[in-house]
Amino acid sequence: MTQGPVHFPVFNPMLSRAVGLLPMMPLTLALSALARRISVRHPRILRRLAGSIDKRFAIDPTDLPFVLLMDFPGGTPRITVQRNADGADCRIAGTLSALLGLVHGSCDGDALFFSRDLVIEGDTSATLALRNAIDDAELDLSEEVASLTPPLAGLIGQFAAICERRTGLSLQRAKGGM
Amino acid sequence: MMELVCPAGTPAALRAAVDAGAHAVYCGFADETNARNFPGLNFERDEMAESVAYAHQGGAKVLVAINTFPRAGAEEIWHRALADAESAGCDAVILADVGLLAHAAEHHPGLRRHLSVQAAAANPDIINYYASEFDVKRVVLPRILTVAEIAAINREIDVETEAFVFGGLCVMAEGRCSLSSYITGKSPNMNGVCSPASHVVYAEEGSDLVARLGGQMVHRVAKDDPVPYPTLCKGCFSAGDQTGHVFEDAVSLDASELIPALAKAGVSALKIEGRQRSRSYVAEVVRNFRAAVEAVEAGLPVPAGTLGALAEGQAATSGAYQKKWR
Repeated sequence: MTQGPVHFPVFNPMLSRAVGLLPMMPLTLALSALARRISVRHPRILRRLAGSIDKRFAIDPTDLPFVLLMDFPGGTPRITVQRNADGADCRIAGTLSALLGLVHGSCDGDALFFSRDLVIEGDTSATLALRNAIDDAELDLSEEVASLTPPLAGLIGQFAAICERRTGLSLQRAKGGM
Repeated sequence: MMELVCPAGTPAALRAAVDAGAHAVYCGFADETNARNFPGLNFERDEMAESVAYAHQGGAKVLVAINTFPRAGAEEIWHRALADAESAGCDAVILADVGLLAHAAEHHPGLRRHLSVQAAAANPDIINYYASEFDVKRVVLPRILTVAEIAAINREIDVETEAFVFGGLCVMAEGRCSLSSYITGKSPNMNGVCSPASHVVYAEEGSDLVARLGGQMVHRVAKDDPVPYPTLCKGCFSAGDQTGHVFEDAVSLDASELIPALAKAGVSALKIEGRQRSRSYVAEVVRNFRAAVEAVEAGLPVPAGTLGALAEGQAATSGAYQKKWR
């Protein structure tokens, strides 16, 4: 049984540079609000992370000019957008498309690791716990964003589906695996 | 039809397996009682009960692995796991320890017992012993037997046999391997962890990815080369002027093409490894193997699969089944 490598779309470099000019604070606030919302709607994520709740996770989309540093002060998730992985206990790095594919269950973390589409460094226990917690939660980030603004839920879903088709990014929960 | 026994490390993976056509799903509690005691993995008691209900609704069985060896003085943890598996409504438990088998036979006589691969039962005498003494109904065969040896075993036993057909390939007599314990102090046999994540560190050094287990380097992988799991048995070592894999290359088992031969050898159930893998892996592999067992049942050839990218080292072997593997 053989299969060629999976190719993940890379964020447009020009657009990536433009994103890098944006102020980090609004993104920090928005992503932290989203993470808090997710933790409330999916409490089992924190249960699976219990042994690593004191760790700081650097989520590093390698085709974007920033890193998401996630920690859990007081048991509540917080995401800080910063330029590098300084201060993290572990780093999980891959293209944005690969990371979104992991979140949405459209690809397998170990397979990405074997192919080096995903690189992990630092505390391997914490990394595994996060991977397993997210996989079990069957997240759909479009649904989570929509839950923050219920009147716009329909529009957000349609917009995500269009973006998904046009960019190749996984923006919604995968149906039935890969 | 041969029974397809599929892995689930989380309730989501269990649902994926059931939805993809698993006949049975095996899983474990989130503690040291099962041999995949990984961070963030496995089932709390409430999740097990919910998952058994989901599986039964989908026509699938749930087999609970309680397949580590109880520590002296801490047997209660394993005894409680047995009782909780039964009260969750599971269809069988997968056990390795003789004492635990005896306890299960005495205190949970109605709970079907399978013998774990961790018991390393590799000949008819020992299998018949487990069957006669503990009423074991099925034996998961070690991954060290050829198809001809499996056929010979099946001719001399009256219990079902289950054989691994896909996934991470443990190349040792399982339950007796001390490599992980030697370097980390923790083993799959006693702690449920082989090469535990707590002792693994990856680091990018230039374009190489370096894996260390218990402080010892086990791999240095060049850019664009596939990365293996950080186990000693698949480690790449240098001695003198030689560098290579001492025990086994970084490959996964894929015995899909041997399903007809395994059926002819009398194997009742086919097992897919991978409780540590994602729901995406589970869905994809189960879907492929369900199609394969249905094809074999209908007398058709095994369909060509597409699972290569999911394999460790992105390469597959038929393992010991054909004795081509070293």
